[in-house]
Amino acid sequence: MIIVETRPALSLRIYIHLPFTILLALPIFLALSSGFVVVGVYLERKISAFIQDRLGPMEVGKWGLLQLFADLLKLLQKEDIVPAAADRKLFLLAPSVIFASVFAGFAVMPLTPDLQGSATAVGVFYLMAIVSFDVVGILMAGWGSNNKYSLLGAMRSVAQIVSYEIPLGLTILCVVMICQSLNLQEISFQQGIYTYEPNYLFGIRALGIDVTDWGGIFSWNILRNPFLLIAYVIFFIATLAEANRAPFDLPEGESEIVAGFNTEYSGMRFALLFLSEYAMMLLVAFLGAILFLGSWNTPLPNIGPVRLADWTSGSPGTVWGNLTGAFWLLTKALAAIMVQMWVRWTLPRLRVDQLMFLCWKVLTPIGIVLLLISGVWRLLMI
Amino acid sequence: MKPIEIVFYVLTGITLLSAITVVTARNPIHSVLALIATFFCLSGHYILMNAQFLAAVNIIVYAGAIMVLFLFTIMFLNLRREDEESKTNLTKMAAVVVGGILMVTMLLVFRAVQLPAVNEGNFDARTGLVEQLGIMLYSDYLLPFELASVLLLVAMVGAVMLGKREAGDRHF
Repeated sequence: MIIVETRPALSLRIYIHLPFTILLALPIFLALSSGFVVVGVYLERKISAFIQDRLGPMEVGKWGLLQLFADLLKLLQKEDIVPAAADRKLFLLAPSVIFASVFAGFAVMPLTPDLQGSATAVGVFYLMAIVSFDVVGILMAGWGSNNKYSLLGAMRSVAQIVSYEIPLGLTILCVVMICQSLNLQEISFQQGIYTYEPNYLFGIRALGIDVTDWGGIFSWNILRNPFLLIAYVIFFIATLAEANRAPFDLPEGESEIVAGFNTEYSGMRFALLFLSEYAMMLLVAFLGAILFLGSWNTPLPNIGPVRLADWTSGSPGTVWGNLTGAFWLLTKALAAIMVQMWVRWTLPRLRVDQLMFLCWKVLTPIGIVLLLISGVWRLLMI
Repeated sequence: MKPIEIVFYVLTGITLLSAITVVTARNPIHSVLALIATFFCLSGHYILMNAQFLAAVNIIVYAGAIMVLFLFTIMFLNLRREDEESKTNLTKMAAVVVGGILMVTMLLVFRAVQLPAVNEGNFDARTGLVEQLGIMLYSDYLLPFELASVLLLVAMVGAVMLGKREAGDRHF
């Protein structure tokens, strides 16, 4: 057996990472994804209350701000129940598998121009692979519980996730074709004023309007190829289904199958499943922002002497550059999460056949057409 | 020992353990899950050899898609203990013979093949990455690549034909 040592597979145009930034990115994301569940659940309850003209949690702390900590305290005290007829090992292991596979996705996410876990050359592709792995965890949970509702929920969830991976993959492929890279950091660099190749208005070179210096929204992928805006909508719908969010929350349809694959879970294991759901929301929101909405680049363009883009984004390598980068990326991701919640409390749940119709007969054909257009657009760009 | 060698040996140990579990587990579901673990470890080996694309493909196709299909089928069939009866002595003998022949073949192949030594001076670290692989597929291996795509197309058409609703069928 010949072992070839892996070397950082970076093209020389972009940053060489210092080891400490790699070690720094992972704890930050762990804190971010577990901290987000606190913010996310509070937001979700308040937004749902606002949409349904209620007040939401108001009792614990000012405006109910401490509600989630009370909930967490309750979950911590709960007994960790394993049903007698369950497959004990699988049942206990499943929540960890689900969370690990979602969290592993953060490994290739750039947070700022300098912070990225791994700059591997197969970034997005790895992400697709590892995130699709959580279906194994869901099946383990559903089957291991030895409960018909759990099993039905797991089946629905897996069928849905596997189907929606196709439109999701197609839209991601559109972006990859435009950017000619699988590395999320490289895709990020292309969408701002620190790009290493010229950006033209709408990506069309023949127009001759060089927007490299404008930066801002004009260099985002949704404007480098306007069709990517449609791709983003498809991406968004597909990620809702991937994260088992309403209106695609059939796997936990309360009216039919109690709570789906997590019916039998209690205490901290249930909390871990909950955490994975919110971590998944955060992951796909990040991914959407990075692929389509300019990543950590500012939305404000330079207009003549008013250098808005220069003022609102520091150069990579400086503290200011990292701060502004993190700020813009988090803002975009949180905005996408707001829309996810808005959709959840607005649209009713789909039926199974409607779900499959939407995936196979609407989103997938549009995705294939968009892929073709993106290929042609790339030819216009060079 | 270099750290990379320690990683290699630990990974190999886990791979072999999970591969043995595949064969010895009584419960078919555990068997499949162990097989998924084996594929995952194999992906780890690919990464050690800097075949990053192959590693991701291995996870997405085998550990992700095909094994989930396996799990689905086994869960639907709901195999029970009493089904063990179907494993007669004859099937066990046949399995041993087939497995033995496969092992002998592979041993012979590995004895016959001389692996070319790697010249560390001019080794390209980008071998095995997506770009390199794409260039190879679209130049040196164009014909096999296109033939494989035709095969996939045939499979796709077949799946559509099987899944197509015939006249008079219910809507769902």
